[in-house]
Amino acid sequence: MSKSVTVNVRVNGKAYTRTVEPRMLLSDFLREELELKGTHVGCEHGVCGTCTVLLDGQSARSCLLFAAQIDGAEVRTVEGLAQNGAMSPLQQAFWEKHGLQCGFCTPGMLMVATELLERNPNPSLEEIREAVSSNLCRCTGYYNIVEAVQAAVALSKEARK
Amino acid sequence: MTAYIPKHIPAEGYIPPSRQREKPKSDYKWIGKNMKRVEDPRLLTGQGGYIDDVKLPNMAHAAVLRSDRAHARIKRIDVSKAAALPGVLLVMTGEDAKKVTGPTAQFASPPVVQYCIAVDRVRHVGEAVAAVVAETRYIAEDACELIAVEYEDLPVVIDPEAAINSTGDAVLHPERGPTNLAYRKTFSFGPVADDFAKADLVVERKLRWPRSGGQPLETVGAVADYQSGTGKFNVYANSSFVNYVGWLVGASLGVPAHKFNLIPVTTGGSFGSKLFPHKVLTLTATLARACGRPVKYLEDRIDSTTSCDNHGSDRLYRCKLALKKDGTILGLKFQVIDDYGAYLQFGYGTHGNSLCQIVGPYRINSVEMELVAVMTNKCQQGAYRGFGSEVTNWMIERMVDAGADALKMDPFEIRRKNLIQPDQFPYVIPSGNVYDSGNYPAVMDEAVKIANLEKWKGIQAKGRAAGRCIGIGVASCQERSVFSATEFWSLNPTDNPGFQLTSSPESTQIRIDPTGCIQVTLGSPFWGNSPETMATQIVAEQFQTDPANVNIVYADTNSGFNSTGPGGSRFTVMIAGAIVGASMKLKEKMLRIAGKMLEAKPTDLEFREGKIGVKGVPGMEKTIGEVAIFAHYFRLSLPDGDEYSSGLEASYVYDHPLTTMPANDRSHLGIFYPIMGHMCHLALVEVEPKTGKIKILDYVAVHDAGTVVNPMTLAGHIRGGTAQGIGSALYEHFYYDEAGQLLTATLVDYLIPTLREMPEQIRVGHVETPSPFTEYGIKGGGEGGRMGAPGALSRAVEDALSPYGVKIDELPLTPRRVRALVRAKER
Repeated sequence: MSKSVTVNVRVNGKAYTRTVEPRMLLSDFLREELELKGTHVGCEHGVCGTCTVLLDGQSARSCLLFAAQIDGAEVRTVEGLAQNGAMSPLQQAFWEKHGLQCGFCTPGMLMVATELLERNPNPSLEEIREAVSSNLCRCTGYYNIVEAVQAAVALSKEARK
Repeated sequence: MTAYIPKHIPAEGYIPPSRQREKPKSDYKWIGKNMKRVEDPRLLTGQGGYIDDVKLPNMAHAAVLRSDRAHARIKRIDVSKAAALPGVLLVMTGEDAKKVTGPTAQFASPPVVQYCIAVDRVRHVGEAVAAVVAETRYIAEDACELIAVEYEDLPVVIDPEAAINSTGDAVLHPERGPTNLAYRKTFSFGPVADDFAKADLVVERKLRWPRSGGQPLETVGAVADYQSGTGKFNVYANSSFVNYVGWLVGASLGVPAHKFNLIPVTTGGSFGSKLFPHKVLTLTATLARACGRPVKYLEDRIDSTTSCDNHGSDRLYRCKLALKKDGTILGLKFQVIDDYGAYLQFGYGTHGNSLCQIVGPYRINSVEMELVAVMTNKCQQGAYRGFGSEVTNWMIERMVDAGADALKMDPFEIRRKNLIQPDQFPYVIPSGNVYDSGNYPAVMDEAVKIANLEKWKGIQAKGRAAGRCIGIGVASCQERSVFSATEFWSLNPTDNPGFQLTSSPESTQIRIDPTGCIQVTLGSPFWGNSPETMATQIVAEQFQTDPANVNIVYADTNSGFNSTGPGGSRFTVMIAGAIVGASMKLKEKMLRIAGKMLEAKPTDLEFREGKIGVKGVPGMEKTIGEVAIFAHYFRLSLPDGDEYSSGLEASYVYDHPLTTMPANDRSHLGIFYPIMGHMCHLALVEVEPKTGKIKILDYVAVHDAGTVVNPMTLAGHIRGGTAQGIGSALYEHFYYDEAGQLLTATLVDYLIPTLREMPEQIRVGHVETPSPFTEYGIKGGGEGGRMGAPGALSRAVEDALSPYGVKIDELPLTPRRVRALVRAKER
């Protein structure tokens, strides 16, 4: 096995090239190599979803992937959600609806909800619940997170008018 | 107000006078409003600043080799291969660590000696055996695999009842005694024998509460930097004891308090688990000093589940409740065996805690507890949301339900009959603690109203007619708030009670800069609650200014004063006290200066809308900014005297609002947890007897936390706490097999509820009975939900399965357990 591998990725629209060990996890790659500390690691076994990022538009557990596996991919993390210093409607809705307490699971929750809303700008309550049920939150009991996603749908509709 | 004081407690002067300065009122400008959290924007944009985000120049990384044995002697450790691995900077065994660092801090008496790396013997799976520091965490973990440890297995003790009689090699700490019995003592409060003699009926139950834990999604970590030139440590940590007893880690390291600076970081959830992570702090600092570089150590998930500081209570109860035929409860007697695991951190404090509300919300005249604390080959206990009182809440509710069943009474009716009445406060319970205020019938009424109980009964009747098992459960429970440190040691042996803290204060410093912006320094960190939002709302109220003018920062040990930090639902009450104290000092000076500026008497001035103005004269005013710049830079325009010295700064340390010492003979424990919240939880559940599946159809939680500072965030605590209560009641269990292996060591097996395990919503209500003892009448509310849900759910499941005659005596109510209960009745 080669001792290092070169990875070319675009993260939040910016191109990066790094040479890393083949075993480096994507979560560590983002946090340590690219200094993007917004992606958090909770359980390291793919259960909690805290480390969720979008990989070519699809949610993925970054603790279960090697950086080497995503060569050439487009990655989006929580750092890419706000534009020009303005939070996305989803982030605003989490703030408005008290959708977070300690904030540790929040980046992962925001990424699964972003995926949902990009695929389906008008999801049903059940579709929202299905998306949120993929991730763990230890603080909120989830209710306000579901409310926040619903509020984000309304905010986005407002913005499109 | 006439206090209720039981006869065995000397009434004269028992309750000290109130020190409340800000009386509760109904027309606040900022308190009581649903203000969005100040903390959120940085957390929502990936700028949280958690412990793993800390990166110091030249920082190295640690990993820990942990024991795969539950109980064994360490015969030999060969670290040579690990030390030779390129990139490894240091390998440290327990023997090495012991040469430079003493035992970790703990509060038990007699003490239990514990080192940050095991010396000679391992006592549970997951205990640290060696640590490696390397250039990367990957290399450090590789090196751990190269360490060879030779063990000699010792008998494993897992069953808490067997632990009482362990002998020989099965004894974990032979220096503490000949068995694994850590402590045994009976505490009797009030005329227990008389009350039981008077009873028409005594119900008995054996109850089992399993260990679970906070398991926040962020584990415990530290980044330590040691400067040999100054002999000083700077340690970043997600601990909340930064300005309380963090210096005890310095003592373990052999340095004085001023050479151990703890720097707080944003904490990714605690629920009690990060009060005082003494093992991680001590280990990381030890490694940094030994290798001469800053070191980061962060528990991975298995480090955390197997060797954290926060496994919760693990109790076996044998209880007796004495009742009259009409449902009047007279007395409660119980033995509790608590499995503390391999070490003790807070002594028997979880039972000290439990005794502050040991009669629940009921008029129970006497209580007797035999505490049997044992040590086994499991991870040690620490704190988990409720700190033991959530277990006694469950036990009391189970016993009240048992009494109701024995008397064929309705569970609501027996509760209403025994609730302490609104005109009986302050109410002293048999253990000596005071319940400051409350209106328990009103809380139950509100819960019944929100639930629409009649509708629930209709759903149940219709379901039962169709063969479905639908049940209703009620729990009416206490949530004590604002702990006094006496709870940690009041149960310790009276001839040697150990580390007898009596004060657990909270402090703040408030400065107003020349532009009029108010900066508040908190001595305690953010750990998932809303300290910045709370402080901002209270400061805005004090100065009648817009919250946008308030800025919150956190003190490290170098700059902070005495601050105990969040825990025991104390923070909002205590920081409000500190802010009121500091604000009053500062406002007095500002009025004095504004008086000179406006040529008015300070007593004729008021704070209004960001200004200081003459009462009743609109327009005769100066902005806070104008007064501030004057105070900072125009000293010579003001009279001589220190009261006009430049700048605007005030500090205040707020001590516990109402606490007294335990009686020497422990016939009572004094007042130690008096700011008494209350809750009523109602659950409607359906149980599938064929699969054991439990579905929560509806859920209501009404809480009384006194004056509410922010209803939205309080509701957040109630919902989140209830989610954890659902986890404890139905899913979560740190399960050790007979060999002492933790079979639920990952989040694959340790089942934290997902959205799918939650009811669609938890309907929350607030009743406000302000405390007469705290500023504004605020009570704590941080732990509430978890302290009520297990009781309500246990009863709801029992009620659902009433056609089978099943009794719920043990948690968690997993499908397997429910099936076993049903199957036993089907035979």
